[in-house]
Amino acid sequence: MSGGKAGAPVLLVEGLHKSFGGVQAVEDVSFALSAGELLALIGPNGAGKSTCFNMLNGQLAPDNGVVRLDGRDIVGLSPRQIWRLGVGRTFQITATFASLSVRENVQMALYSHAGRLRSLFQRFGTAMRREADALLEQIGMLDQAERPCGVLAYGDLKRVELAMALANEPRLLLMDEPTAGMAPRERVALMELTASLARARRIAVLFTEHDMDVVFGQADRIIVLDRGRLIAAGLPEEVRNNPEVRAVYLGGTH
Amino acid sequence: MSFPSLLIQLLNGLADASSLFMVSAGLSLIFGVTRIVNFAHGSLYMLGLYGAYSLIELLGRTPLGFWSAVILAAFAVGIVGALIEIVVLRRIYRAPELFQLLATFAVVLVIKDVALYAWGSEDLVGPRAPGLSMAVEILGKRIPAYDLLLIVIGPVVLGLLWLLLARTRWGALVRAATQDREMVGALGVDQAKLFTSVFFVGAVLAGLGGALQIPREPANLDLDLTVIADAFVVTVVGGLGSLPGALLAAVLIGVAKALCIGLGTVHVLGVDIVFSKLVLVVEFVIMGVVLVLRPYGLLGKPPAASRAAGAAPLPLAAPRWQTALVWIVVLLAVPLVSDDYVAALLIDIACFGLFAVSLHFIMGPAGMISFGHAAYFGLGAYAGAVLLKRAGLPMEAAFLLAPFCAALFALVYGWFCVRLSGVYLAMLTLAFAQITWSIIFQWDALTSGSNGMIGIWPAAWLADKTRYYYFAMVFCGLGVALLWRVLFSPFGYVLRAGRDSPLRAEAIGINVRGFQWAAFVLAGTMAGLAGAVFAFSKGSISPSAASISQSTDGLVMVLLGGVETLTGPVVGAGVFTWLRDALARETDYWRAVLGLVILLIVVLFPQGLVGGLKMLLGRFRERRA
Repeated sequence: MSGGKAGAPVLLVEGLHKSFGGVQAVEDVSFALSAGELLALIGPNGAGKSTCFNMLNGQLAPDNGVVRLDGRDIVGLSPRQIWRLGVGRTFQITATFASLSVRENVQMALYSHAGRLRSLFQRFGTAMRREADALLEQIGMLDQAERPCGVLAYGDLKRVELAMALANEPRLLLMDEPTAGMAPRERVALMELTASLARARRIAVLFTEHDMDVVFGQADRIIVLDRGRLIAAGLPEEVRNNPEVRAVYLGGTH
Repeated sequence: MSFPSLLIQLLNGLADASSLFMVSAGLSLIFGVTRIVNFAHGSLYMLGLYGAYSLIELLGRTPLGFWSAVILAAFAVGIVGALIEIVVLRRIYRAPELFQLLATFAVVLVIKDVALYAWGSEDLVGPRAPGLSMAVEILGKRIPAYDLLLIVIGPVVLGLLWLLLARTRWGALVRAATQDREMVGALGVDQAKLFTSVFFVGAVLAGLGGALQIPREPANLDLDLTVIADAFVVTVVGGLGSLPGALLAAVLIGVAKALCIGLGTVHVLGVDIVFSKLVLVVEFVIMGVVLVLRPYGLLGKPPAASRAAGAAPLPLAAPRWQTALVWIVVLLAVPLVSDDYVAALLIDIACFGLFAVSLHFIMGPAGMISFGHAAYFGLGAYAGAVLLKRAGLPMEAAFLLAPFCAALFALVYGWFCVRLSGVYLAMLTLAFAQITWSIIFQWDALTSGSNGMIGIWPAAWLADKTRYYYFAMVFCGLGVALLWRVLFSPFGYVLRAGRDSPLRAEAIGINVRGFQWAAFVLAGTMAGLAGAVFAFSKGSISPSAASISQSTDGLVMVLLGGVETLTGPVVGAGVFTWLRDALARETDYWRAVLGLVILLIVVLFPQGLVGGLKMLLGRFRERRA
């Protein structure tokens, strides 16, 4: 399905710039992402992946450039406003609510989506239970629903994060190194799960990743950053054979 | 005001700044390495002052005697500091940070009574510095030569400290530990030795700061908390961990205070501004402004994140209604079977219980530690009194409006406070509480100032002690029930979520700051309610209701009971209030006994009373199973 004519892109990035002091961290980056598509953003350490990511999720303001979500410019919006527009996130280092149970973590996201958090007297957790369990079922965490997140294994936390990111029926998922810190077998399983959910729900997914098996096995398309610039974009095969990409990853002059 | 007298005030301020800098530098050093906010640092300053007094008597009022006494006092205090680390704190480094704070509160109580025992309750005025008792004439004004010497000593001490930190191996370790404590531990440095030595040096600085003030300031027993408040302000304004920042802030604050005294009353555009009344407030205003503009202080950096994540906070267990019912029946029956004394004690416990529960509400689940929660307790109490006596409202109306007055202040203070987190947030709450206290203390026309207000009696239908007992139980009970109910609502869960991971909370669309602000206001309102019940039960109220020691009492109650439990704060309030009352009847040194009891509990039950009992119960069940 990659590269197909899927209508207007969900995410459109044009001419993104960011510099810190004198260092150009991201320079003139442009790409587009359609519904149901998995796009991997790769590059060596220090290539500007995280900076790029943080400009999409509202954590950093770009110096220049346009970020459109379903045609709407989201530059300058806060992370929580961007979430309200239908963007789910998972973090490089997992961020969940350690003292809440797995189910409560997901319910928190569901309550927030439904605008039900301001209630002072209703007991938390009585509503949205079925929805939470449905999400947990999908990511295979239903059997651990009652456990506090503080005691979970790292791979399980990554899955809880995915469930929370899916709670607001996102149009776009931003996943910063979704499999970092996981065992190799778990990595592929998590990304296969993500891919199947994304395709079924027509969610656009942008992820950064160091594990090349995951990248070339799961991504529909790949874009490559080096020293802040986009040096290649295309299907996995095209990127694999791109001489500049090979030079960056395998060393040598370019 | 003429230029010469302005200059004199300026020099006076700089002389004050020297000691302030030394205490703050010690506090900052200790915090940097051990992450402990040493509440007892003001007590160490006080010991330095008392110690110097006695040693000068002993060694004689000669230049040699004076200066040996000052140095000896500083080192003696250093040894006390090292002992505090070895005997108490070393045992609880693995406990939650808040418990270390509780331990330092206990040390404050013990040192206060040791000083009371050793030096009595009268202020002790020390001798002038022999050989430096003359005054120097500057532009026709006279200034003590000793003050000029103090102005020089501050920067000299900074220079020596800088040499110590920059040029010695010990200094390198201290700097390394300040940046990354775990890494230094991982590299095989003996942490225990490093911490003891840092406490020693920090305490020497506090002791020296105190001892050097002996010719300028009488030794008295209130210094511990006033000095620690000043030192907090200086440390936070300068930036935690920055020694030049501490000097800069000490100078800024010392000078600002001195100028307020010097300016006196100034007519501006037909309005009298009484600057001298601003003395108590000015440093806290500076702190508030600095923290809002530069959240990490003038020369501070954002704190390094600790990798030692520690155990995740336990999920709170909801109270069972059966237990609640038993308590309600017991409390209803008390007046039938006991005398007025028990009822009066229970009213106190109810007031402090609600106060502690409201503090726990923001401290535990919301993760916002407050060093100044007494502000809202005091405001509630004074609002009730002022509305009754000055506005002439009926008692019922004054009582019901009082919590909302506290809420109004919480709304304003909270807006600033939720912009910060951690120690900085705690210090800002302290600043607001001190501002509130000094307004209450100084506004004679409204609050009768330091005398406090009397004749704040409840309405006729509540005059009977038993009736007021039920009245207090109902309102405090409702307050506690409300706060607990909210903790288990979506709102309460959001607070926990925001504490566990602000990053994730924002990423699922939660306005963490907004919820924290609302929680701050709710907690302030309930503390105000507790204050109002308290004021009408006593019939009088004094500024101490809003004082630092009232704030720290609240912290002790919460921490004693256990911050990670729901009922802990009530149990803590009960045990604390009862102990204080029972001990105060038996001995003049009840603070020391209370402090020792707290230290014992801290060492034995690092989860607090309720947490510790639960753990014991759990072990017992495991063994039986």
